[in-house]
Amino acid sequence: MNLFDIIGPVMVGPSSSHTAGAARIGYVAGLLLDEPVKKAEIYLHGSFLATGKGHGTDRALVAGLLGMQTDDERIPVSFQVAREKGMEVEFHSIELLDAHPNSVRMKLVGSSGKKLTITAASLGGGRIKVCELDGLEANFCAEYPTLIVSNKDKPGIVNEVTAVLACENVNIATMQLYRDKRGSHAVMILECDGEIPGTSLQRLRELPDILDVTYLSLQEAKE
Amino acid sequence: MGFHSLEEIVTKTKEEGKAFWEIMLEDDMSERMASREDSFEKMRRMYQMMQSADREYAKGAVSASGLVGGDGGRMADYAAEGKNMCGPLIGRVMEKALKMGESNACMKRIVAAPTAGSCGVIPAVFLTYQETYQTSEEEMVKALFVAAGIGMVIAQRAFIAGATGGCQAEIGSASAMAAGGLAYLQGGKEEEILNATAMALKNLLGLVCDPVAGLVEVPCVKRNVVGAVNAVTSADMAMAGITSRIPADQVIDAMRSIGITMPCALKETGEGGLAATPMGMELKAAISRKS
Repeated sequence: MNLFDIIGPVMVGPSSSHTAGAARIGYVAGLLLDEPVKKAEIYLHGSFLATGKGHGTDRALVAGLLGMQTDDERIPVSFQVAREKGMEVEFHSIELLDAHPNSVRMKLVGSSGKKLTITAASLGGGRIKVCELDGLEANFCAEYPTLIVSNKDKPGIVNEVTAVLACENVNIATMQLYRDKRGSHAVMILECDGEIPGTSLQRLRELPDILDVTYLSLQEAKE
Repeated sequence: MGFHSLEEIVTKTKEEGKAFWEIMLEDDMSERMASREDSFEKMRRMYQMMQSADREYAKGAVSASGLVGGDGGRMADYAAEGKNMCGPLIGRVMEKALKMGESNACMKRIVAAPTAGSCGVIPAVFLTYQETYQTSEEEMVKALFVAAGIGMVIAQRAFIAGATGGCQAEIGSASAMAAGGLAYLQGGKEEEILNATAMALKNLLGLVCDPVAGLVEVPCVKRNVVGAVNAVTSADMAMAGITSRIPADQVIDAMRSIGITMPCALKETGEGGLAATPMGMELKAAISRKS
């Protein structure tokens, strides 16, 4: 937390958790999909479901998916912008188990047909947490450049991935490993202190046993 | 940040012979690894965003729920006729607090200070002060550093979210921050700044967060008025040499313990207080029928 978390952020109202946080969740989901969203099925949980409409949570989520930041004055009219850009949006209710009251699950389809299911929570003050990606547990705040690697669950993969980062002198701040069952599908999530170059991402994608590489760059967001 | 009490900041001002605002500026520089200019200019941008949010108030705008809108305009018209008992300065403060609270409810762009729900308090008193006394923008930005420093200590020692500490944590904190800033603008030294802060926060201890239908509208918009006016009166008391018997840091601790023992129904859940009145329930039902 710094002084500008106290005086700031500049945001479209009315609520830092229900509006600014929701816009941020949509924005991060869009970055993770890494292509324009063609269709979004949005499932609201808890307080997001109960008071989301009055707080503009629905419009803020869609605005974020369209690439708008929390201070974008088009947030209130995001549904219209989505229609103009041909983004199809559906809202549903859901009861997520053991979830934060301000949670949402989104099933996204991108322009090339790429799919992503993300569950995230708004923690207050505009801060968020990604809790689940494509059915596997996750836990990151999208405040660092974040690398998400899906791979076969077998020895040595973590070593290979971290070696690629070490070559570029990228320091790892936090690291998480998840898998659905032994020897099956695993995911590692690395929050880094610096940005990872595109060439390194390409090298990671070419490694055997790596199924998918997703990268959340914050370069654009910082400008 | 390096400060867990307002007393620590005051000690540092004495040790280094620097003003309160400068200690906070330097703390931000080290925290964000920013230059002196970057830090100052970023805070200037916050002040200018508050000014533009105030200018862009739309008189005819009504929130999606229909619960709030138009009161800033009503207050302005009434004060313009010279009928208000509080006089021109407080009249402007009330008008600006209502306007910003309503703009927030109407999904306009605002500066959270410290939260979106309490975003009207600091701009209402700061913008009115500058318009009244023709203060330089530099001084206003310095006062914002004072306010931010106070808010930071409150956030560290207690909380600034209604969901964790009730409305005292939002409007109370905003009012304490504004009062400290005003004391600085009036030429107050560290003692006056802390006394203004302590008195403003004391006056709002125990205030619960009981929004109708869970929305940041009723009673939030009008509570921005009480927070803003309380900041002016507290700063005036401090500048008159009136002191708080309880030191500011201990008032913050009292707010924390009150917030912890406050029932959940009164912490932004929309289940108690005004939200649970027959009219509160009726409005909630009407809003859910509408959506």
